[in-house]
Amino acid sequence: MSLRILFFASLSDITAIRETSVDAAGFTSVRSVFEKFAKDFPALETYRASVLFAVNSEFARPESPVHDGDEIAFFPPVSGG
Amino acid sequence: MFQLVREPIDIRKITDGIRNAEDGAIVVFEGVVRNNAKGKAVRFLEYDAYEPMALRKLEEIGELARREFEIREMAIVHRLGHMDIGECSTVIVVASAHRGPAFDACRFAIDKIKEIVPIWKKEFYEDGEIWIEGGH
Repeated sequence: MSLRILFFASLSDITAIRETSVDAAGFTSVRSVFEKFAKDFPALETYRASVLFAVNSEFARPESPVHDGDEIAFFPPVSGG
Repeated sequence: MFQLVREPIDIRKITDGIRNAEDGAIVVFEGVVRNNAKGKAVRFLEYDAYEPMALRKLEEIGELARREFEIREMAIVHRLGHMDIGECSTVIVVASAHRGPAFDACRFAIDKIKEIVPIWKKEFYEDGEIWIEGGH
């Protein structure tokens, strides 16, 4: 099974990823997934303090657990309206 | 009615859809694309969204507003994609027996949109473009 990963706005530009998937094995928390991508894309480090997380379309915390089949989104503070 | 759309927003259609004989007030907020930001000339905007979550959050704002204010109904429509100066990016319509709660709920909704709805605005200038992060 896998995790569906989404990036939006500036984070999507940095990673050049809008949507991807990763093998769920080894990931226990939202933070652990972010760490994987922060390693792959060092520019994400500048967003470490401000990045927002969502699991299955609901806001989540870095320590929130992740499970097979979850959709995990990373994005900057919102600016709609 | 809570919607994300990619074409110009028909405000009249929203207000007519919400109108009811019990209402003494209908308050409409229109978010508009401005030609400047922090002293820079803006040519146009693009809005992007995490659509399923954004829609869910718009509905949540409607539920919160109905719980907190004495209003009968609320509608929020947010447009996505390319928008030129002067075009409408967001419409909030609140119907209520009295004007006070309608104004209050409308203000609550736009502030909440800028806080919890995963939508992002990209400003395009003569010399570049930038994603806006965080509410203004």
